[in-house]
Amino acid sequence: MKLKSLLASAVVVAGATFLSLPAPSFAAENVFRFANQSDLKSLDPYALSETFSLAMIGSMYEGLVARDPDLKLVPALAESWDVSEDARIWTFHLRKGVTFQDGSPFTADDVIFSADRVRSSGSDLKSRVPADAVFTKVDDHTVTVTTPEPSPLLNAVWDTWYIVSKSWAEAHDGKEVKVGGTAPSYMALNANGTGPFKLVSHLPGVKTEWVPNPNWWGKPVHNLDQVVFTPISSGATRVAALLSGEVDMIEPAPLQDVDRINNSGKATALQGPEVRVIYLGFDQHSDVLPRSSLTKGNPFKDSRVKMAVYKAINEDAIIQKVMRGAAVPASLMVAKEMFPLADQFKRPAYDVDGAKALLTEAGYPDGFTVQLDCPNDRYVNDEKICQSIVPMLSKIGIKVNLNAEPKATYFSRIFASGGYDTSFYLLGWQTNGSGSVGVLRDLFRCRDEKGNGGGNNVGNYCNPKVDALIEKISSEPNETKRNDMIAEAYRIGQEQEVAYVPLHQQTLAWGVAKNVKVVQRADNDFRFYWVTKTAGQ
Amino acid sequence: MLSLIIRRLIQSFLVMLAVTLIAFIMFRFAGDPVNQMVGVETTQSERQTLREDLGLDQPTIVQFGHYIGRVMRLDFGMSFQFRRPVMDLLAERLPATLELAFVATLLSLSAGIVLGVYCALKPRGILSSLLQSVSLVGVSLPTFLIGILLIYVFSVSLGWLPSFGRNGLVPVTAHWSTGLLTSDGWKSLILPAVTLGLFQMTLIMRLVRSEMLEVLRADFIRFAVARGLPKSRIYFRHALRNTLIPVITVVGLQIGSIIAFSVITETVFQWPGVGLLFLQSVQTADVPIMSTYLLLIAFLFVMINLAVDLIYNAVDPRLKQKNRT
Amino acid sequence: MTPFSDPSKTSKFPRLAALWESDLGYDFRQSRLVMIATVIFFLLILAALLAPWIAPMNPYDPASLDIMNSSLPPAWYQDGFAAFPFGTDDQGRDMLSATLYGLRTSIIISILGVALASVIGITLGVIAGYFGGIIDTIIMRVADVQLSFPAILVALLIDGIVHTIIPSATREDSAAAIIVLAIGASFWVQYARTIRSSTMVEKNKDYVSAARLFALPSTTIMVRHIIPNVMGPVLVILTINFGLAIITEATLSYLGVGLPPMQPSLGTLIRIGQEYLFSGQWWIVAVPSVALGVLVLTINLLGDWLRDVLNPKLR
Repeated sequence: MKLKSLLASAVVVAGATFLSLPAPSFAAENVFRFANQSDLKSLDPYALSETFSLAMIGSMYEGLVARDPDLKLVPALAESWDVSEDARIWTFHLRKGVTFQDGSPFTADDVIFSADRVRSSGSDLKSRVPADAVFTKVDDHTVTVTTPEPSPLLNAVWDTWYIVSKSWAEAHDGKEVKVGGTAPSYMALNANGTGPFKLVSHLPGVKTEWVPNPNWWGKPVHNLDQVVFTPISSGATRVAALLSGEVDMIEPAPLQDVDRINNSGKATALQGPEVRVIYLGFDQHSDVLPRSSLTKGNPFKDSRVKMAVYKAINEDAIIQKVMRGAAVPASLMVAKEMFPLADQFKRPAYDVDGAKALLTEAGYPDGFTVQLDCPNDRYVNDEKICQSIVPMLSKIGIKVNLNAEPKATYFSRIFASGGYDTSFYLLGWQTNGSGSVGVLRDLFRCRDEKGNGGGNNVGNYCNPKVDALIEKISSEPNETKRNDMIAEAYRIGQEQEVAYVPLHQQTLAWGVAKNVKVVQRADNDFRFYWVTKTAGQ
Repeated sequence: MLSLIIRRLIQSFLVMLAVTLIAFIMFRFAGDPVNQMVGVETTQSERQTLREDLGLDQPTIVQFGHYIGRVMRLDFGMSFQFRRPVMDLLAERLPATLELAFVATLLSLSAGIVLGVYCALKPRGILSSLLQSVSLVGVSLPTFLIGILLIYVFSVSLGWLPSFGRNGLVPVTAHWSTGLLTSDGWKSLILPAVTLGLFQMTLIMRLVRSEMLEVLRADFIRFAVARGLPKSRIYFRHALRNTLIPVITVVGLQIGSIIAFSVITETVFQWPGVGLLFLQSVQTADVPIMSTYLLLIAFLFVMINLAVDLIYNAVDPRLKQKNRT
Repeated sequence: MTPFSDPSKTSKFPRLAALWESDLGYDFRQSRLVMIATVIFFLLILAALLAPWIAPMNPYDPASLDIMNSSLPPAWYQDGFAAFPFGTDDQGRDMLSATLYGLRTSIIISILGVALASVIGITLGVIAGYFGGIIDTIIMRVADVQLSFPAILVALLIDGIVHTIIPSATREDSAAAIIVLAIGASFWVQYARTIRSSTMVEKNKDYVSAARLFALPSTTIMVRHIIPNVMGPVLVILTINFGLAIITEATLSYLGVGLPPMQPSLGTLIRIGQEYLFSGQWWIVAVPSVALGVLVLTINLLGDWLRDVLNPKLR
């Protein structure tokens, strides 16, 4: 009878061996392993506009252009391009002799197919290609793009718009980007690009593996035989993995462990500025501020209230204590490196009394309560930054209810898909290659509920004068004139009307094993095809 | 006996139906499935199409029927955040949890029985008292605290064992990579297994000790001693056997607890099993995973209880009598 | 005290003295360990309840926090301050105050949760026992099913479901209420079962039949007559459940689905602290861990002893 009970238990335990993707059986020599705090979910290049996913997918797919380690735009699948005088007609000369990983050749048809696909419903990268741009095939290796308005910066964001194979996508029901549905999309789990690496296996949330693509058109800079990625959400666990040699690189490295990593003798913490600006945004269009203690009026429509918030935040303390020095204070919504006239704009000094006075002047002497929404797994120490802001604002009378949540639910709520459902929020913005033009277009333009216009202007800061200025800026080909207009737009939108409260540019901290060399790009876009690993460890 | 089986089966079926209903209600009404699934740039009309595709605009009863049908086919829907079938996600992570649970049970059984016997044989010894106190601690402290303590001692201070994750994996079949075949695998398995099994081990130890003490006072043991049988034979062949029946029952019933507590242990050690998946789904409001996990656990418990009940009834002669009258 | 004197007549606190001299008191005095545990337990409860008065600062008041005070080591370190005897956490909260307030929160939530569980359990148990029939069957089936699930899973599920239903707007304020609800919903079963059996026994007694003869409404009979007579075992269950509730709340907070970091309970503090364990800031996890561990240990010691002593079988 003992046996029977044991058998029962054993049956329960053993009766659960299920199907799974086959485990890889590679015995490679130079294997590069790395870990990130997020996971790589879909391999479909248009499924999610997220820096990390696009960087990973960018090892297998390529766009017409790419960015080099210094963020300069360089040719990729397009060898060269010509722009007409009025910047309305672009001609791209495509690279010859390039094949997709399934063997089919790369031609203009694929470019045109990709242009349609990226603007199809379900695509998260619609804004990469203007909706009214017309793609025309001239011949198998030449494509012209025509836009009704001048678009001097048309291809500035194309380094993350990857070209997919028309024949392969159509063969696998990939003409449209599949969203949800009852069956997983083929392109979410498989990849077929022109890039330097090809996919071996992909278990979302668990592990992804690549090997070099022997038929790649370029010359590899890396010396790897295999690349393995695992997501590790816990910071301490990630560091432990690095220090024990389980992984060769982690991203991001928790700031409190930077010293420990540097002192370990096994790895170094590679730190460099990122062009991402972390900032606070406000609901500036509701008549009554939701999620607050107020039954009438919206204090965030008043620039004095927003300036009070700005002045009440001790950014130096945040940088010193929360970011442990690994951040640079920001005074604009664009990274300093990407705007030549950035020095004209300074942060207002930390001034609690001044902030209180402003708040009283605006009609809120006793302050008010409001909910602050914050992601907790997207930016460096995002939740801790928000937590440190709560006491600072309570000192001037604004009581903050902090709501921190994972980015998956956070983003789906505060952007168009959730109806821009937030009153006060923390976000990070990276300019996507087009500098201030992108920032102004995406963050300072008026928008509607569907997200037309300033699609990422969550709080809907809206000033028609600024809108008009932004239109002029977008079509101005002369850089100096453009920069002056941009400065003017910032003066109105940022300095006078405090559309946002910029906090800082976070510093990237990557933990890298001593025998590995990586390239750290300022936009935190990690391309492992630039990694070299020497023996040892 | 047959009527008992049938009654129990019907009961189990009803329970599963009720749980499926709860899972369905969660699945359908908690949060908006469509908004969870789509990207940032999807428009309202696209969402409406998706709603119709998923059949979300049909009457609830019909949807429940569909749901049951899908569950029968092991189609548990798509995870909101991973955008992959829940079934695949569970299948991938189940081996990790099962291995952990298996090793934890093994450890707790062996250590528990051995230590329990020792305490029974030498009830006044120093070691016994020490073990008694340690067992009290093991039963009292929350699992996560024990895990953190172990991490601090063995990973941070001594640096002997890794504090996270599941390493040293070797593919055994096409569907299962095991960590049991490498030393790396065992190293990363020990701390989580001890954490998970500590509660059960102390339970078993105390149970074995008290049962053994009782059995040792029984007449047939005295008779064996009087007959001059060697002590080891008495202890192990006669005494221990009778002690093991309740132990096995406890272990059987505890399997469910182990799977449940794996949620906590997997979180402490970032062990990639179904427990961690479930916790992440609670944090991200990924309702399909939550409701499926509920179904699975319910199924597991119902099956275990049913099995233990039936086996017990079949095996214990005293109950056989009761059921006949 | 001379032998043969009656303590109830000579001492200032006759009832306490009688208790001390009773069998219970004798057992108590025999076990040094239990006496120490009781003292520590009451000290902890006292400290927790008096937290707003004895803590150096109020960690739940955002205005009192200063980020410049974050991650300071305990006072006996070189970088430490006397103002922060056990150091501070990453947001500048004094660990001593945070632990005291965390203890208080944990204890209050557990008491409320167990109270809720007992109310639900007693109500359902009496109803099931008194009316019998289909009501009894339904309630008991549900109880059986739920009993086979570990409480922590039930609590997790309830927590998760409630989180998805209510909008995030009220989340911080309602976190405590949700946990109380989760604990109440997972622990009621034991009460229900015990009360039900006791009710079934009482139901057949004469005084109940008499009440029925007087045509008293059922509710009155249940509330005024039956419940007072079946409450006995409830005390024992309460003591067991109290410790379990504390662990459940701490676990939920540790897993991240309990109290939020801005109003931390012990579990939340431990969760925050674990991140810093490897970077050398051990005090953030150590102080609340020790507090939680000691609290739970003393409760279990007391509970164990109480159960042994009240268990007629072992006398």
